[in-house]
Amino acid sequence: MQAFLDSLIRNAGHDPATWPWTQFVYLAAMGAVSFAVINFAAITAGIFSWAERRVAARMQSRVGPNRVGPGGFLQWVADAVKLLLKEDLVPDEADQFLFRIAPYFMMVGFACVFVCLPFSHRLIVADMNVGIFYILAVTALIVVGIIMSGWSSNSKWSLFGAIRSAAQIISYEIPAGMALMIPVMLAGTLSTQGIIRAQGGWPWQWYVFNNPAALVAFLIYFISALAEGNRTPFDLPEAESELVSGYNTEYSGMRFSYFFLVEWGNMWIMSALASTMFFGGWQIPGLSPEHFDALTGGVAVLAEVASLAIFAFKTLIFVFIVMWLRWTLPRIRVDQMMNMCWKYLVPASFAGVLFVGVWMLIVHAAPWIGLVMRLGLTAAGALGVTLFALRTLKNIRDTGDKFDFTSNW
Amino acid sequence: MTFEEIHQRLAGKFGAAIGPLAPANKDSFAVVPAAEIVAICRHLKDDPDLAFDCLMNLSSVDWPKKNQIEIVYHFWSYAKRHSFILKVALDRAAPAIASVESVWKAADWLEREQFDLMGVQFDGHPDLRRIMMPDDWVGFPLRKDYKEQPSWHNITTTRENSLEGYVRLDEFRKKVAEAASATAQASGAAAPTAPDKDAAAAKKEVLQ
Amino acid sequence: MKPLEIPTMDMTSKEVMRRIEISGDMLLNMGPQHPSTHGVINFLVQTDGEVMKRAIPEVGYLHRSLEKIGERCTYNGYMPYTDRVDYITAMCANQGWAMAVERLLGITVPKRAEYCRTIACELNRISSHLVSAGTMAMDIGAVTPFPYALREREYINDLLEELCGARLTYNYLRIGGVAFDLPSNFEEKLGTFLDHFEKILVEFNRLITYNEIFIKRLAHLAPIPAAMAIDYCLVGPNLRASGVQFDVRKDLPYSVYPEFQFDAPVGKGEVGTVGDSWDRFWCRCEEMRQSCRILRQCLAQIPKEGGTMAKVPRKIKLPEGTEAYSRIESARGDMQYYVIAGAGENAYRVKIRTGSFTAMGIIDVLSRGLMIADLVALIASLDVVAPEIDR
Repeated sequence: MQAFLDSLIRNAGHDPATWPWTQFVYLAAMGAVSFAVINFAAITAGIFSWAERRVAARMQSRVGPNRVGPGGFLQWVADAVKLLLKEDLVPDEADQFLFRIAPYFMMVGFACVFVCLPFSHRLIVADMNVGIFYILAVTALIVVGIIMSGWSSNSKWSLFGAIRSAAQIISYEIPAGMALMIPVMLAGTLSTQGIIRAQGGWPWQWYVFNNPAALVAFLIYFISALAEGNRTPFDLPEAESELVSGYNTEYSGMRFSYFFLVEWGNMWIMSALASTMFFGGWQIPGLSPEHFDALTGGVAVLAEVASLAIFAFKTLIFVFIVMWLRWTLPRIRVDQMMNMCWKYLVPASFAGVLFVGVWMLIVHAAPWIGLVMRLGLTAAGALGVTLFALRTLKNIRDTGDKFDFTSNW
Repeated sequence: MTFEEIHQRLAGKFGAAIGPLAPANKDSFAVVPAAEIVAICRHLKDDPDLAFDCLMNLSSVDWPKKNQIEIVYHFWSYAKRHSFILKVALDRAAPAIASVESVWKAADWLEREQFDLMGVQFDGHPDLRRIMMPDDWVGFPLRKDYKEQPSWHNITTTRENSLEGYVRLDEFRKKVAEAASATAQASGAAAPTAPDKDAAAAKKEVLQ
Repeated sequence: MKPLEIPTMDMTSKEVMRRIEISGDMLLNMGPQHPSTHGVINFLVQTDGEVMKRAIPEVGYLHRSLEKIGERCTYNGYMPYTDRVDYITAMCANQGWAMAVERLLGITVPKRAEYCRTIACELNRISSHLVSAGTMAMDIGAVTPFPYALREREYINDLLEELCGARLTYNYLRIGGVAFDLPSNFEEKLGTFLDHFEKILVEFNRLITYNEIFIKRLAHLAPIPAAMAIDYCLVGPNLRASGVQFDVRKDLPYSVYPEFQFDAPVGKGEVGTVGDSWDRFWCRCEEMRQSCRILRQCLAQIPKEGGTMAKVPRKIKLPEGTEAYSRIESARGDMQYYVIAGAGENAYRVKIRTGSFTAMGIIDVLSRGLMIADLVALIASLDVVAPEIDR
């Protein structure tokens, strides 16, 4: 960040080292970026709320929100305004203080993650050298908020949701953390930017196709992230057919919307982390990070925008997959959820870490094995995606849902 | 097996306790005494030739004229694919009969329903609670002389008839026709005004 | 697991609740306003964390005394009320009443009217099973099958609306026939719908029935052995899922059903135990396919000519005290009307035995030791409809 600012100032023909107020410029720039990032978090969450409803509607042959703005795009603004203006009800029997404060815990835990999420080559608030640790630690604040909201609501349904959520999030943090350790081992750094720089722009340079354990680690991470984000098939804490609405049953108005802001914002976080750790982040194919650093002037800005677009594209694909899963799969049961975590995901992630340790030694001794494995896994991945697409097309053809019942039916 | 065969088998086992097969309009039934109902039911279920494994329906009928409440058992056998009907007449003042819940579990809820709506006491039933009506409801709605309590927990059980004051169209037409014929018959100078007024009043009523 | 004390005769629901609370377990009032109780039903759930000890159904929130109303109405005047007995399968409820009174009167319905009835009832059965399957998927957490099912149900509703002008409470059947003959073009449209729907059924199975998570949730869940199902008087798909081959349409044939070739699907325990919740779900899906078969045969065999009403006296008066019993296969199984004729133009006593009522009685036993999420699945798999329980 600092280097980026320096280069900007130098481009303008000044030397930042000679300025007496350079530190204040840095501070102001930091403040502006933080403001932008926090707003980005809120606004993406809002937009996802619209996107999710449109995606769901399309999948369920409905229309979805389409009245406010083009394609209903401004629906989330209208909803935000409505939720802001609604009365903030606090149940009589609730623990007033905890009840009011719980949503903020969630908001804080959620917004802090954005500090070290990279967006592009230079666009990151703080490239910490303990980035992944920081993200894992800060996310844990969310579960505190959930338990507080469930307990303070003084409702049995809320309590059920909160306890389920606590069990679920704490359990799934272990496989998620271990799975994230695999890219960390491969890159040799905890910094998010460092991990991206250690990968490359082409698919066979991504960590997901680096070795079989990394591929499995990605799947483990993705499943665990779904569970931590309370997304179907792990939406047990707010299972509306069982627990009415889970831990947020008693909330209304803006406080209620915070919970959903966090849920939808989490979709960005989990997807951004997936593309950072496993899918090469903002890397532009054919442009190595060193070349990228060396670029100057308009080309640098162009490359920056391109890297941002690539990162956003990869992330949004994952966001879409998360939505897609949510509107396709049923929910699993509490004991099955726990079984899956402790009996399968945790051992698998530990085994993966061990495997990667050995694998790195092998590749160090014979680098061609690594290259063959990468190319092979990439080809297998491409084949898998193609087969899936063909099968889907066949299913659509078989059903023939092109029949139009609306005209003259 | 037909109704007659089943009836004969039952009569052979229980003798005079089983009443004659009443030739009701469609489905024949036999009347049995209340005291023997559980024994008869158990036999119906356990006899391998009868094998009535299912209590299909249990209903009760109120007969104030006979001063009786009749319990009607409809049996069905999935094993043999035949059915049978038994009736038991109870005293209307204190209807009580042994529960057949121990024979067929289905009797649990069916008997609770009759207890709730008809006020029949099923002795030996494990969970005889009101099922449809609230716990503190007074009276048994399906009895013929049932009078609804005017209010329950300050909630009134009646409401105004929104159709009161309205006249049915055919009655209104009849009224108008009568008025017209009355006018024709009266054929006086002073008379015509009065029926017109009636018709107008009736019309106004309708339009209200 | 400590079972609840057996309540005594003077037990009330309040007392049951109090005893649960002092037993040290959590009392959870699931309902009457709860998203997945399928209507206004209350479950007193005695639970220790996620695992339930017992769920006691409390019904009666939708009790409208339809049996008492039957004693006040004329025979024909009661027909719209039978719609309300089971508004998801109103046609079958209509047919039960019509058949009971026709048995009392001893009249035969014209052939074409019987075919009209069969077409209406089978369409209605499909739409009922669609609602059941869709809501069950939704209770398991898959939301998408529900709109899919309702989309198909809309087409059926359109068809039934053309047939009788109503989309939910049809009041289509009359004593001695049906109210209207098939409208023009109806048979073509029905054929088009069937072509479309049979493909959709395949898609529906692919989407949810054979979904791995769905199977994991429902296989081995609350299996009902055949003897227990009969003992508790379960009927219809719930009974057949337990492996009992019994369908009123086949075994006690009425109307024109003997003229059709169709199967009554029986639970085979394909993914778990015989009679588990998945089998019940699968039975309904399969029954929709069988209903399509029946409808196709209806279209092929329906007589082109013939009236739709038998000769029925304008005022139906019957000898007092005569009684009749009718059994039909509604979507929720063996639906039975027990009618005793009164002195005047109305019945002396009407008793409606419905499938949901007896199905509710078994929940208490089956729920012991299940988890809360399983209770929701169990209720959905038994396909109870609140108005049909309470009447």
